[in-house]
Amino acid sequence: MGKVVLVTGVSDSFATLVARSLADEPSVEKVVGVDTVLPDGDLSGVKFVRADIRTPVIGKVIAVEDVDTVVHLDLSPQVRGRGGGKELNVIGTMQLLAACQRSSVVRKLVLGSSTAVYGSSPRDPALFRESTSARGGVRTGFPKDIVEVESYTRGFARRRPEVLITTLRAAHLLDVDHFSPLGQYFRSAALPAALGYDPRLQFVHVQDLLAILVESVRKDRPGTFNVAGDGVVLLSQVARRLGRPIVPVPPFGFASGARRVLRAVGSDISPDLHRLLMYGRAVDTSALKEIFGFEPTYTTEQIVEQFRATVRSGVLSGLGARA
Amino acid sequence: MSEDPRKNIGARSAKPGAGRTSPSSAARSLAGGSAPRKAPTKAKPKPQVGDAPAKPAATSKTPASKPAPAQATAKKKPAAAKSSAKAASGAKSAGGRPTSPSSSARSTATGTRLRAVTDDDAARAAAEAAEEAQRRTRSAGATPAAAGIPIDEIVAAVIQAAQRVLGSDWDTRLATLFAALRRRMGGDYAVDEFGFDPQITDILVGAVEPLAEKWFRLEVRGIENIPTEGGALLVSNHSGTVPIDGVMVGYAVKKYAQRNLRPLGADLVFQLPFVSQLARKVGATLACTEDAERLLSNGELAGVWPEGFKGIGKPYAERYKLQRFGRGGFVSSAMRAQVPIVPVSIVGAEEIYPLIGNVPSLARLLGVPYLPITPFFPLLGPLGLVPLPSKWIIEFGEPIRTDAYEPEAADDPMLLFNVTDQVRETIQQTLYALLVDRGSAFF
Repeated sequence: MGKVVLVTGVSDSFATLVARSLADEPSVEKVVGVDTVLPDGDLSGVKFVRADIRTPVIGKVIAVEDVDTVVHLDLSPQVRGRGGGKELNVIGTMQLLAACQRSSVVRKLVLGSSTAVYGSSPRDPALFRESTSARGGVRTGFPKDIVEVESYTRGFARRRPEVLITTLRAAHLLDVDHFSPLGQYFRSAALPAALGYDPRLQFVHVQDLLAILVESVRKDRPGTFNVAGDGVVLLSQVARRLGRPIVPVPPFGFASGARRVLRAVGSDISPDLHRLLMYGRAVDTSALKEIFGFEPTYTTEQIVEQFRATVRSGVLSGLGARA
Repeated sequence: MSEDPRKNIGARSAKPGAGRTSPSSAARSLAGGSAPRKAPTKAKPKPQVGDAPAKPAATSKTPASKPAPAQATAKKKPAAAKSSAKAASGAKSAGGRPTSPSSSARSTATGTRLRAVTDDDAARAAAEAAEEAQRRTRSAGATPAAAGIPIDEIVAAVIQAAQRVLGSDWDTRLATLFAALRRRMGGDYAVDEFGFDPQITDILVGAVEPLAEKWFRLEVRGIENIPTEGGALLVSNHSGTVPIDGVMVGYAVKKYAQRNLRPLGADLVFQLPFVSQLARKVGATLACTEDAERLLSNGELAGVWPEGFKGIGKPYAERYKLQRFGRGGFVSSAMRAQVPIVPVSIVGAEEIYPLIGNVPSLARLLGVPYLPITPFFPLLGPLGLVPLPSKWIIEFGEPIRTDAYEPEAADDPMLLFNVTDQVRETIQQTLYALLVDRGSAFF
């Protein structure tokens, strides 16, 4: 008998992609997609159920569909005005975990977490391991949500030790088709950056992240894994490659200054991005390679190059030459 | 009596720039400011004498076109009505210049009436001085002269300059330079996972070279103790208020051992704007066990300054006295990575900014560990930021091997304390020996 997989937040374009890839898997019998709004993309092979994971309805969905694998991707940093985002991320996860705990069929949970859980501060090591906790403290916004989501998941793991839990801490996607806060930032015509800081950034390729998610459903890979392309790029380096001018903004009041600049060029910025844009963040993916057994096919640099080829080139792209 | 206006004029005609500099004009206005207080008491007894030289001053005022000093001298004049001997000596001191007004002034200064000679003489001298000054300022600006030079001569000069700077194959080198610049502008370069940018580092090493070789007259000893390959942990003393010693060790390692030093810095370094950006690019990273072990097991040369802010911010009176060597975390990192510890002793850094005071309250407010007061900072402002040219010696000591211990020995605190003390003692003894060798700190 094949698996029945529940994918939350399926209206997000990347989650849609995951659901469809899972539906193509021979070992998967059925994929159920759950969200409050209908996805824009094609959901062929996926059973869509309109349900809100913040309500106990999700427990009924799990019970009715006999779900044995839950892929939780409904963690979104994009909602401005923190109330909505927190509702969705934290309360949704709590409801989902409560439903999973009640169910006797669920035996695997894949959590699509984020490297935001490490925060971003000058007191952090150059590369975060899975065992490193956020030293600078994670006080607000999406990073705090993610920390809480992960701690609830750990609580769930204690109460239901027989459920396999895979936590994937993924770096930002950088892709025109799929939303990510950094992707949105790098698409804008001018890039506000904190004066005197040049953060290290890491990205993950859509294909890699997709393959890892499918792999963690297909095989049993319990544990926590960082997911990112090899190597790092500097913010200034990405800006030069994309040919987009950097607008220096004073570090004090960087968040509002950056937002003002981006609004002026007709774009927007996620509210939790400013610390990342000051101090940067990079993760160690050796656990992914050695324990999970997945070698990312794209380096961070290649992801940036691919992104450059697909987006409109910036105003300064004539200045530099590339090998 | 009228020696003051003439002295002024003489100074102007002899050295056209001298009258213009602010210190002298400030001094003159100061003198003028103090004069009126004395004026009523001394000038009143001889009103007719004070009256006479007032006119030449008035005439000299206009051609000199310097309102402030002229006014000052005009004010000073009544006060200067002293003995004629003083006047003669003043004229003599001003009489060094070759122009005729001086000689005439000296001859007449001893006389009782100055008016007949000085009036037109001083005016003429002033006019000459003004003209001379004008001529000099005209010739100082190169703009009118450049128009006369043909364009091919300029081109030839530029090519010659390029050859002199870049060598005989200057055109290919210039082309590579532009290509490299274009690649930089296009973001086509790689940094490692710590953010280390070798291209920037090479440029900065070149930029630091004059400071190290010419200003500090850096002497490097024991460079052969740095392993040519593989990891090693360089442990050094820390001093000098501003961590220039870290820069110098990095420079010495790059220049003489052709390896990149990866300094481990305090979190403050990564908090400050510009500093954090630069630190990451030259290969620094946070001083924590994770990063130290990662660097060392990757076979890099890591550098630590275990004294930290206690060492770098200690008063000048305690120079070359090593502070506590942290908590010995660097030894456990080296043991886990099984790499040797190279003790580095730096002499000379203590004298660059002698720390004689501290403002703890303001430092706390700014979030920095100390706010230094040196003999020249903040007294001289930005000039006080110039490091004093002390003579530097960096000695790389014999490596202390850690591979004799098991990696598990890193969990034995007593052993760690012993090795820490051994490293510290080695550096302290080397410092004493180097200080004797160096002799005077600045010569």
